[in-house]
Amino acid sequence: MDYKAPVESYSGSVREVTIGQGSKAVKIGGESKLAYNFFDEGSIPNPPRFALEVRDTEPDNWAPWVLEPYKDVVSDPVKWAQKCVEYGAEMVCLRLASTDPVGKDASPKEAAEAVKKVADAVSVPLIVYGSGDDKKDAEVLPEVAATCSGQNLLLGPALKENYEVIAKAAQEHGHTVIAQTPLDINLMKELNIKLSKTFPPERVVIDPLSSGLGYGMEYSFTIMERTKHTGVMFKDAMTQMPIIADLAEECWKTKEAKASKEQGILWESMTALSLLLAGANIVVLRHPETLGLVREILKQE
Amino acid sequence: MAVKGTDIVKKLPESGKKNCKECGFPTCFAFAMKLASGGATLDKCPYLAPNVKEELEDALAPAIKLVTIGPDGNALQVGNEEVIYRHEKTYFHPTGVALLISDKEDDAKVDQKIAKIKDLQFDVVGLTLKADLLALQYESGDKAKFEALVKKVCQNWDGGLVIISDDLDVLFSARDICADRKPLLYPITKDNIEKAIPRIKERPTPLGVRASSVEELVPLTTRLKEEKLDELVLDPGSSNLMEVIRDQTFIRRSAIKQSFRPLGYPTIGFPCYIAKDGLKEVLTAAAMVIKYTSIVVLSDFEEYTLRPLLTLRLNIYTDPRMPLSVEEKLYEVGEPDKNAPVLITTNWALTYFIVSAEVESSKVPSFLLVKDAEGLGVLTAWAAGKFTGDSIAPFVKRSGVEDKTNTRTLVIPGKVARIKGELEDALPGWEIVVGPREASEIPGFLPGFAAKLKS
Repeated sequence: MDYKAPVESYSGSVREVTIGQGSKAVKIGGESKLAYNFFDEGSIPNPPRFALEVRDTEPDNWAPWVLEPYKDVVSDPVKWAQKCVEYGAEMVCLRLASTDPVGKDASPKEAAEAVKKVADAVSVPLIVYGSGDDKKDAEVLPEVAATCSGQNLLLGPALKENYEVIAKAAQEHGHTVIAQTPLDINLMKELNIKLSKTFPPERVVIDPLSSGLGYGMEYSFTIMERTKHTGVMFKDAMTQMPIIADLAEECWKTKEAKASKEQGILWESMTALSLLLAGANIVVLRHPETLGLVREILKQE
Repeated sequence: MAVKGTDIVKKLPESGKKNCKECGFPTCFAFAMKLASGGATLDKCPYLAPNVKEELEDALAPAIKLVTIGPDGNALQVGNEEVIYRHEKTYFHPTGVALLISDKEDDAKVDQKIAKIKDLQFDVVGLTLKADLLALQYESGDKAKFEALVKKVCQNWDGGLVIISDDLDVLFSARDICADRKPLLYPITKDNIEKAIPRIKERPTPLGVRASSVEELVPLTTRLKEEKLDELVLDPGSSNLMEVIRDQTFIRRSAIKQSFRPLGYPTIGFPCYIAKDGLKEVLTAAAMVIKYTSIVVLSDFEEYTLRPLLTLRLNIYTDPRMPLSVEEKLYEVGEPDKNAPVLITTNWALTYFIVSAEVESSKVPSFLLVKDAEGLGVLTAWAAGKFTGDSIAPFVKRSGVEDKTNTRTLVIPGKVARIKGELEDALPGWEIVVGPREASEIPGFLPGFAAKLKS
């Protein structure tokens, strides 16, 4: 029996999505084969992108070794975002922690102005995550969309409870939307179907939730792998959106990441590496050394 | 791709028309169907010609051979995988982690490494995570020195071994010291295979076969199989991570999808040779765990590198059909009294262990109701309709919590705040309080809440 290299080909592809505007625009997705299967037929026109995370309020509870790289800038989101770009981030992910109704409960207007300042100050596209409170985000994100009109931010999370108002604002002001569902491929498809009735699917990025290593990471891994399978192998249009893996907080809140610097960086790096191998198109990281390590390890010679 | 009953029956006596019933089945066809599904063995048929029997045995063997390395009772089993992606079924035999010791390393370093593999063990969700093998490498050029290392390791470590030597004479003399442990001998290559075969057959043990590509492995495994040597582990010689992904994917696909026997064996990878520093080495190993590699050899590890790697292995090899879960019941944390708080969560093992650990660290004795949600976490369980007001209420009733405490206030996880109303409707007499969203916030919440309950 002779060996023949089992090269595969695929019938579907992931939609190519552009984030940012003008010289800042970055493309993600577009691949017509599974992640890192460079030996198969098809192409991967855009490599996965590495984002670093910024908060609009000073973080509490962060381990000292993940605060260290940002210690001079944590009180100023603009400087913090610029620092991320210096560290090699291809995108900045701004988290509107200030708007959390259980916390500072900042007004939509306040938050939107802060976003605009950051968006104007950095040379890379901006991802904006609201607090995750569906009612508050339904007020905050449309305000952000209007204030940053035309900048093509990646805005979310749009949930099944609030996607209509967020999608409408994103549509009017030219932004891209993060559709988020909790670790379930059917819920993901359902939300994408509802969204696509009024919103162009080529402006949607999916967030199936990213769990940290040891805390359910395998669920996120397998949901992402299956999403790519149904999209790329079986041409299911409702799973052909690129994936964002928003994993930093889930890794750094663990006691293992808080135990030592090296273990923390490895916790985040291994989670990121796993989800990239599963097919994530954007990873949101916190420690700049994680970014360097994971990028280096997955470099294609 | 498993062999079909309809193909097997043609090979049975008189092309499957003998129907003598001596195997205990009414017809040859019924016997063939059972063989294909694994419900019968070939020795039940007394009329099979030896060559046919061998052919059928081969056809019925698992797509990837199960290989056992190490002494009875403390052996590592690798291979026998059935799928390419874990969601297709599950992965069965977790990647073995080996620690490399060179005979060029000094005594202190050797002692330290032996101590490390024994001491670095981690308890997680009721399991103990640890490394599996020591890999001993001949580099010094001094045969006596290497033999001394093998003896020393055998005296101080009772697990499995990999013996690495390009010098065949040294390889087999080391094998003779520890043959009863079934060590993995590495490497068998195209240059040494013919010389090695008679020596291997003296005392067969598992073999690590190395070539410079996947394709070049094929003649080597075919040749060994001719000699009935099939406890093999494959090294396609990948020199960087991208080659690892390609080679491991090709081997797995060939074995599973094409039933290509010459590649139907477990594999070994060497992050210790591919990567340059500690963190990159362990990340390379992590990628190998995900990409089908059956054994990874590390030049060294520390607690902070081994723990994440073994946690990753646990995650990837967890059976996706059966999430780790704990029994549905009323748990007591500490010694709760009649006024103690009552909390509820789901029965995913991880959820239970984290929540109970945080309740414990808050030093407030409490009742913890753990509801069967088929091993899902709180939010996923809710989304799947397994953690709703209607399903929680009957469980609270039958759990017996109402007999153990006068408390009629139930704390629900903050992530499912939305079920408060429906649960109040379904559970008359109870007040529902929305607790913290994250388990880590429980110690901040519980003492104040318990004080309020008492007043």
